[in-house]
Amino acid sequence: MTATTTLTAPSAPVRPRTRRSPAPAARRRAALHWIAVHTVAVATALFFLLPFVFVFLTAVMSDSQAMSGALWPTEWHWSNYAEVFRTPGFLDWWRNSLMYAVLGTLFTLCSSIPVAYALAKFRFRGRRTAMILVISTMMLPPQVIVVPMYLVWAQQFHLSGSLWPLIIPMAFGDAYSIFLLRQFLLTIPREYLESARVDGCGEFRTLLRIIVPMAKPGIAAVALFQFFYCWNDYFGPQIYAAQNPGAWTLSYGLESFKSAHSVNWNLTMAATLLVMAPVIIVFFFAQKAFVEGVTLTGVKG
Amino acid sequence: MATVTNSPALRRKAVRTRLRTLGFLSPWLVGFTVFFGYPLVATVYFSFMHYNQIETPTFVGLRNWRYVFEQMPLFGPALWNTLWLVVVMVALRVVFGLGIGLLVTKVKSGVGFFRTAFYLPYLAPPVAATVAFVFLLNPGTGPVNDILGTIGISAPNWFNDPTWAKPSLVLLSLWGIGDLMVIFMAALLDVPKDQYEAADLDGAGAFHKFRYVTWPSITPIVMFAVVTGVVQTMQYYTQALVAGKLASGVSIGPGSVIQPGYPDHSTLTVPQLVYSLGFQNFNTGAACVLSLVLFAIAMAVTTLLMRRRAGLLSAED
Repeated sequence: MTATTTLTAPSAPVRPRTRRSPAPAARRRAALHWIAVHTVAVATALFFLLPFVFVFLTAVMSDSQAMSGALWPTEWHWSNYAEVFRTPGFLDWWRNSLMYAVLGTLFTLCSSIPVAYALAKFRFRGRRTAMILVISTMMLPPQVIVVPMYLVWAQQFHLSGSLWPLIIPMAFGDAYSIFLLRQFLLTIPREYLESARVDGCGEFRTLLRIIVPMAKPGIAAVALFQFFYCWNDYFGPQIYAAQNPGAWTLSYGLESFKSAHSVNWNLTMAATLLVMAPVIIVFFFAQKAFVEGVTLTGVKG
Repeated sequence: MATVTNSPALRRKAVRTRLRTLGFLSPWLVGFTVFFGYPLVATVYFSFMHYNQIETPTFVGLRNWRYVFEQMPLFGPALWNTLWLVVVMVALRVVFGLGIGLLVTKVKSGVGFFRTAFYLPYLAPPVAATVAFVFLLNPGTGPVNDILGTIGISAPNWFNDPTWAKPSLVLLSLWGIGDLMVIFMAALLDVPKDQYEAADLDGAGAFHKFRYVTWPSITPIVMFAVVTGVVQTMQYYTQALVAGKLASGVSIGPGSVIQPGYPDHSTLTVPQLVYSLGFQNFNTGAACVLSLVLFAIAMAVTTLLMRRRAGLLSAED
């Protein structure tokens, strides 16, 4: 419903007249167009932001008020946040989420950058096939291979009840990251590599000294995606960590938090905001790093 | 590279080059074999086995396949729900994402604010976003029904009503439209300006400009959005599961078995069924059959859409 209004409303008033209109009329039309576009934009932005506002307001309500369906808190209970932190396990979930996201991102970068480099810059037989295989791995739903994978980790390595079955595979290349990094590395001109080769750099040194610094924006983007992927992952921790609450992540624990505090929507909303916060904070910091990275490296210059 | 080499020095160099390539590719070669190739083969193997994850597997021929297709009552609803979501969710997300992308490119003041506002919900972790929506839309104390009630609209029960549960999930997915907005915005800004000016001179209306200037230029991106959308929705799991569990109000702990897909299996998707069979009922064989069905559909859809996309691209050139 909203889609159709946003599609038509902004463009409707710009229909040009058959004759050249005098300046004041054109100006009035431009003003009307401005008002129409911005009205629709503000209304749509409200639809996107109000959920955050309601969640935030409910998070600081008292227990009884949160059950009443009120929209505005009568008293502001900031202590709800402290209470969430005091919930047994909540700090462990933080630690586990951070460990999964940080180690997962590091492993992914270390293993995927060389692969992406080879796929982007080396000429060898089977390169096309390798790319097709990378793309098909990307497209594969994780549920397709989860049962045998779980059996291996649980029965051969006895690692179920921990996050290691999710972290270790990331040291062996992640298809999506390889694909994105390769696309980025393709934009680096070959001359840079050749000059490095003339200077007597080995391939590995070329990668470390020339490619990685030049590819910083691309690497930052992939790191960000991977960090978010790990932080948000629910399916993985449910498969491998469910049996052991000590290994739960925030994304997995949040749902059980609601079950434990079945009537306390205020605490659940406070916990929800605390799960959202790191991702949003990381994004705002990294956004700046992106822009800087793109302007600093010679790639776009 | 090294095709016909006679001198030993050149040949040694060719061998070195090949070893170097292998070295760089080795993490992925190992990962692909161990974490993709092996489990795929094992899934096929287990689909013909009876295996409860304790005793040794025994060969049962096609029994698991027959069980899934002929006897399992939840297979039909799960397949229907997944396909429903693939069609409705992907279509609406693409239309809505394009709409928001157009809106942002038309806005003159506060572009940064609007872009952030529309992008922010996409960043919310799926579980957190789902918990928030289950709260916002809950019929008892949720603010949405509260407001709708005040202005005299009798609101549905959203996640608690079998006919509204899937549309509620669609609503949640439209809230997180940020990813599509960004790619559509980039595509729209890439449309050559002079083509719009030419259309203006011809006296083309807004609709005609969109149809004959904008659309042909952004078709590849729309196809990309459709392909990735279909692939993502085939895996739709977290939001459906969390919404169903929370809305049902059933207290769940690790190991507790609940009927997935509340209310009335209306949010049960194929991936949820894989989980429930493999990790709650320990029916490894049936879970692997379902995995392969999912795999077949995903591959078929991807190849089909890729081919359509390639066709569209070559037709344009």
